[in-house]
Amino acid sequence: MTAVPPVSPPRPGVQPGRVLTYVLLVVAALFFLVPIYLLFATALKAPEAINLATSWHWPAALNWASFSEAWAKIGGNLGNSLFLAVTATILSAMLGSVNGYALSKWKFRGANTLFALMLFGMFIPYQAVLIPLFQFIKALGLYGSIWGLILAHVVYGIPITTLIFRNFYADVPDALVEAATIDGAGFWSIYRRVIFPISIPGFVVVIIWQFTQVWNEFLFAATLTNTGSQPVTYALSQLSGGQAVSWNLPMAGAILAALPTLLVYILLGRYFVRGLLAGSVKG
Amino acid sequence: MKGLSKDRLWSIAVLTPSIILIAVFVYGFIARSVYVSMTDWGNDPAQALAENPVIRWVGLANYSELFSGFLQGRFRQELVSTIFFTVFFILGCLGLGLGLALILDRNPRGEGLWRTIFLFPMSLSFIVTGTIWRWMLQPQGGVNQAPTLLGAPPSTFGWLSSQDAVLKFDWNLLPLITASVVGIVLIVLAVQALRAGDRRRTLVAGLCAALLLVWAVFIGPNVKMLPAPELHGFNLALIGIIIAAVWQMSGYTMALYLAGLRGIPEELREAAKVDGASDAGMYRFVVFPLLAPITLSAMIILGHISLKIFDLVYAMAGPDNLSTSVPALNMYLTSFRQNQFSLGAAIGTVLLILVAFIIVPYLVSQFRQQEGHA
Repeated sequence: MTAVPPVSPPRPGVQPGRVLTYVLLVVAALFFLVPIYLLFATALKAPEAINLATSWHWPAALNWASFSEAWAKIGGNLGNSLFLAVTATILSAMLGSVNGYALSKWKFRGANTLFALMLFGMFIPYQAVLIPLFQFIKALGLYGSIWGLILAHVVYGIPITTLIFRNFYADVPDALVEAATIDGAGFWSIYRRVIFPISIPGFVVVIIWQFTQVWNEFLFAATLTNTGSQPVTYALSQLSGGQAVSWNLPMAGAILAALPTLLVYILLGRYFVRGLLAGSVKG
Repeated sequence: MKGLSKDRLWSIAVLTPSIILIAVFVYGFIARSVYVSMTDWGNDPAQALAENPVIRWVGLANYSELFSGFLQGRFRQELVSTIFFTVFFILGCLGLGLGLALILDRNPRGEGLWRTIFLFPMSLSFIVTGTIWRWMLQPQGGVNQAPTLLGAPPSTFGWLSSQDAVLKFDWNLLPLITASVVGIVLIVLAVQALRAGDRRRTLVAGLCAALLLVWAVFIGPNVKMLPAPELHGFNLALIGIIIAAVWQMSGYTMALYLAGLRGIPEELREAAKVDGASDAGMYRFVVFPLLAPITLSAMIILGHISLKIFDLVYAMAGPDNLSTSVPALNMYLTSFRQNQFSLGAAIGTVLLILVAFIIVPYLVSQFRQQEGHA
């Protein structure tokens, strides 16, 4: 290697390249943020103040009633989504953790083929299993109950949660497991004493990822539930689908429906990105 | 490690429930869908929701109905739409994502904040994104009003309602087009095999390509799937949905590319500079080749998302907007609104085949090299 310093020192003065960087950043940021400006501007307008020609104007008088009105319409669905997302997330995180542990630390012949077959389930279009799934949930007597939806999300969540935990545990040195084996520890005591205690970051990634996915899902929500058990994505699609509704309502509803996952992302974005990158497989 | 110990048995026991669940819910249900797609369940409305419906085996009749039946022009347009959608969506995400990653790689101030801004749409659901963009793309509002902020007259583009299409082609040419595309791919494979010195593969690929092209030139033009020409193309109403989808997903490619750029050792870039490479040359010959595998996996992930996209379309254009519809949406409507289960299952199966074309080779290549030393 030549004697080049690894990090070039910051150069003083204004450089045209630097300025261009910031100009491009601001333009890009506008593209991502303008929809959010319009979202709030419309949600905070009174219905009679909403006019296509003035859709860019910030409301003269803020109308917070949109939110209470939207809450009255979809508050119950938000509750459904919360129960659904929390339950399904916990169950699939636990399943994924033991699966990942078994697949990465107790490898057997064909484990990788088995895992690849499992992963395929992550990519299939759910339209290709929807009719049998619908029949199955109906036969179990779970149609229209939130539990049918939980079952579907837990099962189809197995591939991604197993994948994330398997990759996470792959970084745990095998020597740790071998040392515990020599000390006489078995499958479960190694999991309890060695693996589980160091799994917190893995759990955080999986929980954030699954919570977001389940909360945002629409196809199962639309097919497996009925009026009492619909999650918020379906309720929101109904709220904005009608032509007669004035636009402040679906906009306020969209804010309410987006808030939980948005908060998770803003508070724990680092782990969210890690889940995102894990989704691109990497064996 | 050796033999079947108690621990090894435990590990298999732990995996068993998941294996059974995946076997039933993924592979079993796919098989069941394929079976349903070969029956006439629901094609007779009176039988669809009957207690004990009379279901007959009809073989591939539902598929031939979809691809050449008089009533299913909607499905054929959707198939074309979803391909165009996928191509433009992937190009948009890759371009914007790579651009953003390259800018962030220059270490601007407040990098974390910029990243947060570019990535937050990923945490929203397609329904929320669709609701917002539906409002912005109203014919007389939002985006079309934007020019008035600069004093210009409002634009009048029908974002979600346009009836115009470009790049139209006749559906009857589909066999010809398919044969030509496959033939060209085979020629590329043959050339690659020739360069690698694999004579048998060169011969097989070359022969298949020749046969296909001969078929395409002499027999293909005479194959008519429909009695009359049927034009399909890229509906301009899809542009708005593609923009919204790029808005939501380009942060993902940015994150992938940024992780890739950060993984390139600084010494490599410095070495290129010492060797006299310009900035552009360094990107061209050092950075971009190293990003190629990332581009491929991003294309595969985005491709499978886009082929099965339907909630965004549902929320933005509604379920009954023919010029923006996609097969995934049609499957839902056909099965659960019209109760035509077998036709719906056939659409679902076509979607699965499309997705499998890009996912299976990917999974195989990801896992083949490892299995040897498991």
